[in-house]
Amino acid sequence: MSNKKNTAFIIVQDNEDARPIIEAIEQDNDGVIVQYQPGMVRMERAGSLIVKRETVEELIGREWDIQEMHLVLISIAGNVDEDDDKFELSWN
Amino acid sequence: MAAKRLNLRKRYELLTRGMGWETTYQKMDDVFPYDTFEGIKITDWDKWEDPFRLTMDSYWKFQAEKEKKLYAIIDSFAQNNGQTNLSDASYLSAIKLFLTGVTPLEYGAHQGFAHLGRHFRGEGARVACQMQAIDELRHAQTQIHTISHYNKHFNGLHDPFYQFDRVWYLSVPKSFIEDAQSAGPFEFITSISFAFEYVLTNLLFVPFMSGAAYNGDMATTTFGFSAQSDESRHMTLGLEIIKFMLEQHEDNLPIIQGWIDKHFWRAYRLLALVSAMQDYMLTNSPMSWKEAWEVYFVENGGALFEDLGRYGLKMPKYHELATAESEHLSHQVWSVFCLLGNATGFHAFLPTEEKMDWLSEKYPDTFDKYYRPRFEYWAKQKAEGTFEYIKGLPQLCQVCQIPMIFTEVESDPMQLSFRDTKHNGDRYHFCSDGCKDIFENEPEKYTQAWLPVHQIFQGNCGGPTLEEVLEWYKFAPEDVSDYIGSQDHQRWQEWKGKDKDTPAKTEANG
Amino acid sequence: MTINARDGYVDIVKDKVENFHGNQLVYVCWDDHLIFSAAQAFPLPPEMPFGALISEVMTPVFNLHPDFAKIDWPAVEWTVDGEKFSPDMEASLKDNGVDHKSLIRFKTPGLMGINGTRY
Ligand SMILES: [Fe+2]
Ligand SMILES: [Fe+2]
Ligand SMILES: [Zn+2]
Repeated sequence: MSNKKNTAFIIVQDNEDARPIIEAIEQDNDGVIVQYQPGMVRMERAGSLIVKRETVEELIGREWDIQEMHLVLISIAGNVDEDDDKFELSWN
Repeated sequence: MAAKRLNLRKRYELLTRGMGWETTYQKMDDVFPYDTFEGIKITDWDKWEDPFRLTMDSYWKFQAEKEKKLYAIIDSFAQNNGQTNLSDASYLSAIKLFLTGVTPLEYGAHQGFAHLGRHFRGEGARVACQMQAIDELRHAQTQIHTISHYNKHFNGLHDPFYQFDRVWYLSVPKSFIEDAQSAGPFEFITSISFAFEYVLTNLLFVPFMSGAAYNGDMATTTFGFSAQSDESRHMTLGLEIIKFMLEQHEDNLPIIQGWIDKHFWRAYRLLALVSAMQDYMLTNSPMSWKEAWEVYFVENGGALFEDLGRYGLKMPKYHELATAESEHLSHQVWSVFCLLGNATGFHAFLPTEEKMDWLSEKYPDTFDKYYRPRFEYWAKQKAEGTFEYIKGLPQLCQVCQIPMIFTEVESDPMQLSFRDTKHNGDRYHFCSDGCKDIFENEPEKYTQAWLPVHQIFQGNCGGPTLEEVLEWYKFAPEDVSDYIGSQDHQRWQEWKGKDKDTPAKTEANG
Repeated sequence: MTINARDGYVDIVKDKVENFHGNQLVYVCWDDHLIFSAAQAFPLPPEMPFGALISEVMTPVFNLHPDFAKIDWPAVEWTVDGEKFSPDMEASLKDNGVDHKSLIRFKTPGLMGINGTRY
């Protein structure tokens, strides 16, 4: 039995559009675990996970709308808090 | 200079607030006749908020983008004869079950959300449901469109919607979605958005679509993940609506808990079909059903219900049993399909040696002990030419409509699980306490169940013989029975330049 | 409990015995022989003698299993709807207490499936 209690996760497609998002998540989330599975990449972390617009923009060198994430998103776990600057998942 | 673009929160507010009004010519209750009878008390609809704050204009923009990508891939898949790159043509049995069993569910979800998009009193909730209604229609369409390519080359993909309304094992998903659709709007959304999409849908789409990638099925991976990108939004809607209802009034809690208990069990039973797809029908599986259950239910569901615990909500009833069953489920379901394989619209086949070794490794406590012996027994019979399909028809559960194949996994895994009750003098049978509870809470609903086996006996399915029933199902002779020796198999052998008489990988046992 | 519905609920019982053209539904399960996966369903006249249930109905289905030929019929342990009973082979199903949607289970002592696997 698993004893992981409050894992927040985000799964994205394993493609070019998702790469900067994955890198940004790795930069901005200490201790995030990144798993590559066929066709997809799963990132998980205890408690919460955040995607920051600024970090993605720095990585790709252009403006980036946080909602562009919808194009590569596969699944999430956690309560969603989204605004223009970030997309955050967390368990209370 | 252009004015600065409004921020997300503001844009969302403008889209979803102040668009409705208190009606004067007609009573509000007459305009929205469905959102009160279930007993859910809503005091302030404006408290409902979509955390994605997706506005219609961005919705169209992103959806158009997704479609463009998807269709570009479908085109190149077709142009490059992508079907020849599959791991094995037996893999297509999973796609056949998907098209006939899941795609019509997408359409049913579309109908249900279109209804909610009209009948919820709150504009925010209506907009979210309208978007989801369009999404679900898109899912049904893109699935049909993508899989139509396989229909040019393989059997069994010709009449999914017709079959959904008739075929014995498809009554399982059909009865699930119709159960939800015939409930009120709050129960529908609890069932579909929360119990199914939030709690369980990852089990269907994530490992299975990853499995499609693993088996060289680019087309399915692409439509699957494209649909999943909408699913994240649907899941969020499911979680939000639950929190919203619980925050609105304390009287809502027991009603919602009852729905979660019911629809968790309904959806979980439906996923029994998926467990077999995952472990047996995928030539190569990236993850076993048990592993997927552990990650996506035990872990993820655990975190979810711990979070919702602050509202007094508990884990769904019988979730411990579902976890105990994860050691057995796929083996029990696939066994039935193997023995009734002359009546399935996809080809059943025995697991290869390689597959059985993988199953032993993934299920060290159960596969060799309980299930390997039967597959080896059939393999021997097939080799000797003495294998026979079962001639009888199985007893079905009154609620989930699955043949009553489940066993007492917690006490004696080789003992079938029987439950029954009497209602107005008639006896009703169930596969589990979960299904029995559901019946006893709403007997008037489930006495109406269209149970395929009983319908055959009542003379409503084309005739009394197997041939007549299969004809009525529109199962052509080449659609049914073993993969080995089927037209699909022969075609595959030709493409791969293998002699029809040389045993293929899958033939090792039979 | 009863259903909560806006316009009431139409009382339909899809599987009333009247819908089976003179037959009643009977389910039969052979314990410790899971090859059959589930109890088997049969539409049968209530007047059918119990002996005929065995010879005409059960045999063609259950003889799929190699144990079937070895059954010592007088030693078989029967239950109907959870109650132990000893069927009268000459009497009808109805007179043996088998009614619409009854579940008959039988155990065959000494026979425990293929290689004793209860399968
Ligand atoms: Fe969908
Ligand atoms: Fe959905
Ligand atoms: Zn059931």
